[in-house]
Amino acid sequence: MSNCPAVRFLDVKKSYGELTALKGVSFEVEEGAFFGLLGPNGAGKSTLINAMSGLVIPSSGSIQIQGYDVNRNYRQARRVLGLVPQELIADPFFSIQELLVLQSGYFGLKGAEQRAWIGELLERLALSDKADANTAQLSGGMKRRVLIAMALVHRPKVLVLDEPTAGVDVDLRRILWAFTKELHQQGHTIILTTHYLEEAEALCDRVAIMQKGEVKALSSTQDLLSRHYYRYLRVTLAAPAQDLIAPLEARLVERESNGLVFKLEKTASLTQLLGWLSDSGLNVSDVSSRDASLEEVFLDLTAEGKG
Amino acid sequence: MQANWVGCWALFIKEVRRFYSVVVQTVFAPIVATLLYLLVFGHVLDTKIQTYGEISYSQFLIPGLVMMAILQNAFSNTSSSLIQSKVHGNLSFVLLSPISAFEFYVAFVAAAIVRGVVVGLGILIIGAIGFDLMWQSPVWVLVFAVLSAAMMGGLGMLAGIVSDKYDHLAAFQNFVIMPLTFLSGVFYSIHALPEFWEQVSYFNPFFYMVDGFRYGFFEQSDVSVYVSLGVTLLFLIVVSSINLILLRKGVKIRQ
Repeated sequence: MSNCPAVRFLDVKKSYGELTALKGVSFEVEEGAFFGLLGPNGAGKSTLINAMSGLVIPSSGSIQIQGYDVNRNYRQARRVLGLVPQELIADPFFSIQELLVLQSGYFGLKGAEQRAWIGELLERLALSDKADANTAQLSGGMKRRVLIAMALVHRPKVLVLDEPTAGVDVDLRRILWAFTKELHQQGHTIILTTHYLEEAEALCDRVAIMQKGEVKALSSTQDLLSRHYYRYLRVTLAAPAQDLIAPLEARLVERESNGLVFKLEKTASLTQLLGWLSDSGLNVSDVSSRDASLEEVFLDLTAEGKG
Repeated sequence: MQANWVGCWALFIKEVRRFYSVVVQTVFAPIVATLLYLLVFGHVLDTKIQTYGEISYSQFLIPGLVMMAILQNAFSNTSSSLIQSKVHGNLSFVLLSPISAFEFYVAFVAAAIVRGVVVGLGILIIGAIGFDLMWQSPVWVLVFAVLSAAMMGGLGMLAGIVSDKYDHLAAFQNFVIMPLTFLSGVFYSIHALPEFWEQVSYFNPFFYMVDGFRYGFFEQSDVSVYVSLGVTLLFLIVVSSINLILLRKGVKIRQ
């Protein structure tokens, strides 16, 4: 199974009555990748992730985790997969330590080595001093960390994080970023869904953008950004802007107190833009250019689908 | 595929510790409630109702009440655990693990048997202090206690699977389990009933569990103990089969 991709989706479809959540999704996630699964609410990201873990049963198609079919070889598939769910789940009957020991047991793991690993997880996720606390009494951030520890208790090779930083403060977000980066460096394949696109841009080497149950784009993050049709130009003005001529007005995306931001086709010449600025009678003191951010690419791609 | 019995054992331990963590509610309360039945009905009706020969009504009543407690508590254990896990969402911890539908079922039902038998044993021990209990055939007592608790644990799981909220479960408990338990011969021999109601009682599977269990105490029963054993086993197999089909398909558990 060593030459298999970490995850392979093959024409995965899922319908809930009249609603089609997944319309035949097919793609692969390479071993050792840090993969971002992006899309607006209702795009089908969580359905796809839950189908990987067996919480959702696809209507058709197949999913393999490290070559193991999640339906036919569910035991092996679940042993190599860890899922951090989006919802902050707790069990009011047990403490953090008890839950981790029980979860280890479900995977057939026990003994001194496993107890040491649980201790390490608690330490690494700054949960040691709360090990005996009831999970229902924890804060949202603590619960999130417990869920990460639960997902890692059986040392899975593929870790799926469904919106791990949703609703957590900046400090915890940084801790979680550092921890997932470390796991990635240790050889784990990470699949991340997030609404924070700067997070995906900073962490993920490949991304898939989903919309309405389909994959709209699948590429390396850098390629997706560089292939994007537009770049952004910020023009700083020495004097307030007057009326703009039509081609400039059409490309204006933001009006700031001392400047203007234009969205310009990469094929458009800078000389032409400077000419339009001059024709509009603008007193320009500075011009800076940048490529689109992942958020802007995402918005463009998902806006096309809405048309 | 190799079985995951360590996982099954861990789930069983989790289910036992779950009810043990609220032992007042899950064990002591049903023992006290059942002893109150014994106190009230036993003393008021002791000389008024004829049972089997020399056996007093209180002696007759105790096995019935013990079995009623076993049935209700075994049912409660699986049904309440499953619905709580569904509502809280923590059922997914188990669903994400490599535990098969069969191992899942065995773990839940085994914990239900433990709770049912512990409650039953508690009532018997206290009952033995105040009443002269007869133990003609302890093996039958044990066989019916375990099989009936398993059947009711399975029925509780079925109710937990199909219920989406506590209200659904309460309806199942109050409109199915409670009437079938009370009309199963816990408080009377069905031969004391009018002909029509006696015939109706034969269609109540709980009657055979109570009657077979009572046979273990007195070696007397309303129907043959082997008929009771057969019916109990049949219902256990039917309920288990339905559960395993639903669990394998993930009905109302996996989306």
